[in-house]
Amino acid sequence: MLNYFQRLGASTLSVLERLGRASIFFANILLSIPSVLIRPRLLFSQMYSVGVLSFSLIVISGLFVGMVLALQGFYTLSDFGAEGMLGVMVAASLVRELGPVVAALLFAGRAGSALTAEIGLMKATEQLSGMEMMAVDPVARIVAPRFLAGLISMPILATIFSAVGIMGGYFIGVGLLGIDEGGYWSQMQAKIDFNIDIINGLIKSVVFGWVVTWIAVFEGHDAIPTSDGVSRATTRTVVHSAFAILALDFILTALMFGDI
Amino acid sequence: MNELIEDSILIKVRDVHFSRGSKLIFDGVDMDIQRGKVTAIMGPSGTGKTTLLKIIGGQLRPSQGSVEVDGSNIHAIRHKELYQLRKKMGMLFQSGALLTDITVFDNVAFPLREHTNLPESMIRSLVLMKLQAVGLRGAFNLMPSELSGGMARRVALARAISLDPMMIMYDEPFTGQDPISMGVLVQLIRLLNDALSLTSIVVSHDVRETCAIADFVYLVSDGKVVGSGTPEELAESDSEWAQQFLLGMPDGPVPFHYSAKPYVQDLIEH
Repeated sequence: MLNYFQRLGASTLSVLERLGRASIFFANILLSIPSVLIRPRLLFSQMYSVGVLSFSLIVISGLFVGMVLALQGFYTLSDFGAEGMLGVMVAASLVRELGPVVAALLFAGRAGSALTAEIGLMKATEQLSGMEMMAVDPVARIVAPRFLAGLISMPILATIFSAVGIMGGYFIGVGLLGIDEGGYWSQMQAKIDFNIDIINGLIKSVVFGWVVTWIAVFEGHDAIPTSDGVSRATTRTVVHSAFAILALDFILTALMFGDI
Repeated sequence: MNELIEDSILIKVRDVHFSRGSKLIFDGVDMDIQRGKVTAIMGPSGTGKTTLLKIIGGQLRPSQGSVEVDGSNIHAIRHKELYQLRKKMGMLFQSGALLTDITVFDNVAFPLREHTNLPESMIRSLVLMKLQAVGLRGAFNLMPSELSGGMARRVALARAISLDPMMIMYDEPFTGQDPISMGVLVQLIRLLNDALSLTSIVVSHDVRETCAIADFVYLVSDGKVVGSGTPEELAESDSEWAQQFLLGMPDGPVPFHYSAKPYVQDLIEH
């Protein structure tokens, strides 16, 4: 029994210690951001690999999620004769929840894991150490541009996800199931509120972008510099990101929509 | 006279202690690295030779003692000053540590582009000059993955001298090299040291190659300096440890057997 408490204490301490290190690391990234802003080329090349290369995954997934939403929504709404509300249902689900959450989960799998593996391998092959010895700060040169690129790309990707999903819903709802085209768009326009739905969805995607990229760059930088260490760090990035996204989504939803 | 001797010392390592977890790596190491000379630090694998270079470069902090590089206590100066000092310190990692996503040319140009505002045409000339010095001007367009181990180290060497440093630290430069690449590296270290008036520190356990170019040698074992002198002095020394290491004898002060309970007891226990 005593052993159990001892182990619990030790693992709690180690989690807190890691969290502390991650926070210091984040503070260092923040301090390095001005140096990235004066060299935007570093940022643009990272936005390409973090954001643009995730584009096709986001578009295809968004399309399918929108199409499934329309199919499922239609059969439920038609029971009440409310098929005309399909556009609102698809758009609200996507903009408020599925857009930010699913795009962030995909982003963690595609870009987050790649960031961890890249930075972890750079550490394992002494490239980060080499940079330090060339008087180049790896946090400013390698980590900060990647972090900023993730932070900027994620809301854009989530927006694209939602937009494509709404189009997917349109193809199924209007094209396949034959609901009124004007109703699909006008109901959406009338019911989706810019501040409540769109801005809150955008805030969620910014928060998810921040947490996923922070976890990814920290895990890479903190990885044990062996092939096994990098592989574990990459797995941790995806798992911790998924937990963080879903937990934060619950908290943000409660704060944003709890009293509506 | 004393001042003159003091001034000729570029790096002073004083009473350095360092532990990794519960394992004691250094237990009071003292060294003087003379300006303009090639100083070798030799010892068996796992004695922390690379750790010592990282302590000198300010990447690791000793638990006790001090390291002075060119008059500055490297662990007491501010982060900014440390980075200024590192611009004058080149380091050649065992793996080369080249950036794998850019070409040989861009690797050598990297420190110049990061630390200077030189026009691209001048950077090109400087990079080609450095690559010419290591004999790899023709390889400027290759990616690091297309280089052999020896070539990668030569490119890393060109990169290390790109900012014209005052010193270069070599971490196991000869490990895993074929005889030709080894010969090339041995010659390059000596040649660059003399032509560019550098100070070189070579960490190695390749006795013959290192002794051929070193002006002064420190032997390190069990966290302490166990012998020092010119290669000739060490060869003639009567220290059992120096003789075992320099002649590569399997048993001696460094025992052949890993510490264990008595052999007979171990056998009859089961």
